[in-house]
Amino acid sequence: MNLPVKPNETNAVAHNLYSDAYDWTNQCVKCGYCLPACPTYESMGVESASPRGRINLVKMAAEGKIDFQKDLAEPIDLCLGCRACETACPVGVPYGHILEAAKEAIENSPSANQKNKMNKIKKLALVHLFPYPKRMNRIGSAVQFYQKTGLSKIIRSSNVLQKVSPALAHLEQALPAIESSSKRIRTGTIMPAKGETKLKVAFFAGCIMDSMMSRINRLTIELLTIVGCEVILPENQNCCGALHSHQGEIKQAKALAKRNIQAFMQSDAEIIVNNAGGCGASLLEYGHLLADDHEWAGAARAFSEKSKDISQILHQLGPLPFTEEWQGIVSYQDSCHLRNVQKVQKEPRLLLQSIPGVSYVEMEGFDRCCASGGIYNLIHFNESMKILDEKMKNLKDTKATAVVTVNPGCQMQMSIGIQREGAANQIKSMHLVEILAKACGLD
Amino acid sequence: MEKEALDDLSQVIPSDRMYLDLAERYCYSYDASFGEYLPEIVIQPKNAEEISEVVKLANTHKIPVYPRGSGTSLSGGPLPVKGGMVLDMTLLRDKLIIDRENMLAIVSPGVITANIHKKAEDAGLFYPPDPSSSNVATIGGNLLENSSGPKGLKYGTTKEYVIGLEVVTPTGEIIRTGGKTVKNVTGYDLTRLIVGSEGTLGIVTEAIIRLIPKPQSKHTFVAHFNHLIDSGHAITSILSSGILPSAMELMDNACIRAVESYRPSGLPLQAEAILIIEIDGHPLAIEEEINKCADICRAEGASYVKIAETEEERQTIWSARKSVSPAITQMGPTKISEDATVPRSQIPAMMERLNQIREKYGLNLVVFGHAGDGNLHPNIITDKRNITEMKKVELAVSEIFEAAIELGGTLSGEHGIGTLKSPYMEMELGITGVNMMKKIKEAWDPNNIMNPGKIFPDKGQTRVVLVT
Repeated sequence: MNLPVKPNETNAVAHNLYSDAYDWTNQCVKCGYCLPACPTYESMGVESASPRGRINLVKMAAEGKIDFQKDLAEPIDLCLGCRACETACPVGVPYGHILEAAKEAIENSPSANQKNKMNKIKKLALVHLFPYPKRMNRIGSAVQFYQKTGLSKIIRSSNVLQKVSPALAHLEQALPAIESSSKRIRTGTIMPAKGETKLKVAFFAGCIMDSMMSRINRLTIELLTIVGCEVILPENQNCCGALHSHQGEIKQAKALAKRNIQAFMQSDAEIIVNNAGGCGASLLEYGHLLADDHEWAGAARAFSEKSKDISQILHQLGPLPFTEEWQGIVSYQDSCHLRNVQKVQKEPRLLLQSIPGVSYVEMEGFDRCCASGGIYNLIHFNESMKILDEKMKNLKDTKATAVVTVNPGCQMQMSIGIQREGAANQIKSMHLVEILAKACGLD
Repeated sequence: MEKEALDDLSQVIPSDRMYLDLAERYCYSYDASFGEYLPEIVIQPKNAEEISEVVKLANTHKIPVYPRGSGTSLSGGPLPVKGGMVLDMTLLRDKLIIDRENMLAIVSPGVITANIHKKAEDAGLFYPPDPSSSNVATIGGNLLENSSGPKGLKYGTTKEYVIGLEVVTPTGEIIRTGGKTVKNVTGYDLTRLIVGSEGTLGIVTEAIIRLIPKPQSKHTFVAHFNHLIDSGHAITSILSSGILPSAMELMDNACIRAVESYRPSGLPLQAEAILIIEIDGHPLAIEEEINKCADICRAEGASYVKIAETEEERQTIWSARKSVSPAITQMGPTKISEDATVPRSQIPAMMERLNQIREKYGLNLVVFGHAGDGNLHPNIITDKRNITEMKKVELAVSEIFEAAIELGGTLSGEHGIGTLKSPYMEMELGITGVNMMKKIKEAWDPNNIMNPGKIFPDKGQTRVVLVT
């Protein structure tokens, strides 16, 4: 019988993974309870695409039995990181931590340069784009220009993007109409509460949200003020670093986290609010990310404790002052990181059900990842679409006229799914904030 | 694997369902038990014909074949201990037909057991066997391991429900056993022989299972006992009073403590045992029966009895039992889970023996289980990296089996023999008994290719070896 052995000391990467994640992988009792929860196990049907399989492979890599690039990289890369397995696990294996440790090890493994090294687009986006709000905003403006001038129509009718990359073509069509930058609420601003001030909050604007979906950010702030929040937009905040840690760029993720902690801890806000499930999960895990950093650990923990999703605050301070009815069936697609990491499930549903006129219908498999997965749908287009198409069948069954999410990636992925079904006239993909704002007569 | 064999297999199975890479092979090297063995190849067949062809080739080239469902086995059933090929059966899931008129289900082996429960219930019917892994485990794996869960007491085990099979034999033929009739006495009962054969006599490719009417309602209560012996008497008194509960679950003091420190919910730390009893049937009948059972528990010395009034209270009672597995894994990374089973009258004696074993070896040993049918789950929590302790575990495990046999019980109530209990087979069956089974195996599988290394011990193997 094979016993776990310490890896060959000369293999430094395996050694690092051994000390980072080996104990976590040993917590797995291989019961398999995670299998039915895993969307990639369902769509791909092999054990290496399951949480149990991936955990075992990380363990094998840490023991030096398999190669990081040849054997471990692909199964790990094909994970959506939805973390539904953590919710299903009876013994509480910290899968998310194992996944990130594995990604970091794969990135740093000796053979990484030849193969599978983060491809250029990914690198460009992660290192040179997301961390820089100004650059993101310039892209936002460029996209707005592209949409407004009619260039988008020409591109769409020419089908050129489809030929370059079906993934990009899908994404291009799913992009929301971008609001003029003049409407964007600038960082450094303090927005007073309408009426009595019940709570001082600081708003985390995010990188993609801020540049591509500034309208949703603006509506978020307006909703917060009408329920009695004074909203501070701290200066010098930046990308949360989620995409970086998901890609194994832990160093960069840590640097971004520190910048955010510094930016937010200077304000006297009681709560840090965000409106994107993925970012929220990342903010909530700053405490874990910087746990070994003596200088920052305490502040990181305090930051994480203050972090809340928009639905939690609106529910806590509600009811919202609705002025309009929403006639139609509404369904909700959980953001995995909101549901499985932040454990927020009931608040978005209660808010939706509170809108006058809404008939709320739960979708079969609402807790199943939509396979947007950060940039998973770009990198693994076919796998992602397989999972999405299944979800669209369930959505159709609800007969909903709006499907609501609390994360930009999920929202765009729903749009892509709706387009693929040719159902754009029957159903809309909306952010929770959009539908609430509409019912409150904001916009 | 020899090139010739591989070429032959490539003629039968498309390359996208055949895996030779190290990552995938490692992913099929384990189950939920203890042990890790690397297969040479993993194949995902889609139907009986493919399996028949693969097995014929395996028989010609003498390659071991290891069929596998979701890999939830606790006894090592699907582990490829002699290398060879793992057949992942999870793609065979196209058939789940509920035949209401004949009250049966026709299923493919890769169907998840919980899906059968659900489909049967939708039709007002009931498939009682319910292993705790039923949300994950496949019906094929369940019936080959004969794993049944807590309802065996009233409803019997998996083998009582399987009435017909389609099987690929170890020489590659496709045969049918039994059929759709509840009564069938034609010839030898091969269905029963194959159910529980742990994949050593063939690969099930379709099963016909019997369903019964769904019980109208259920009632549950919990009783705390300061003395273990009293809980044992309560169990036997209830069973001899003419009431047959659908579940009687027992947790010992070590279990109670583990659950309480994992998720505090006010469990009695001083109690030596907790009994959870559930009764199902007609609402009027179970109302009377539950009160009678509760009275018996009080008369036998229960310090506390609580009958659930609402579904929520019922769930609260069961949540203590369901927390046992997660709670005990907090005590260490390695869990050796046994299922030694004794006649119900011997439960107190068995609990006493388990206590002595815990004291003697100073191990983290907790006991819970399906007390109504005598099926106990002694679990030893340890760390396989601790070689000294593992050696003690080996001795303790041997003594657990010896105790069960001495008390007139059996090595396994539902997990199967697999790799972990094969050294003790002679202890229960005697040399001649084991030899008779071996003769059956040899007749079916002359080249010993079907799940070799299971059930029967290797030469000279007299006790379990967990670490070397």
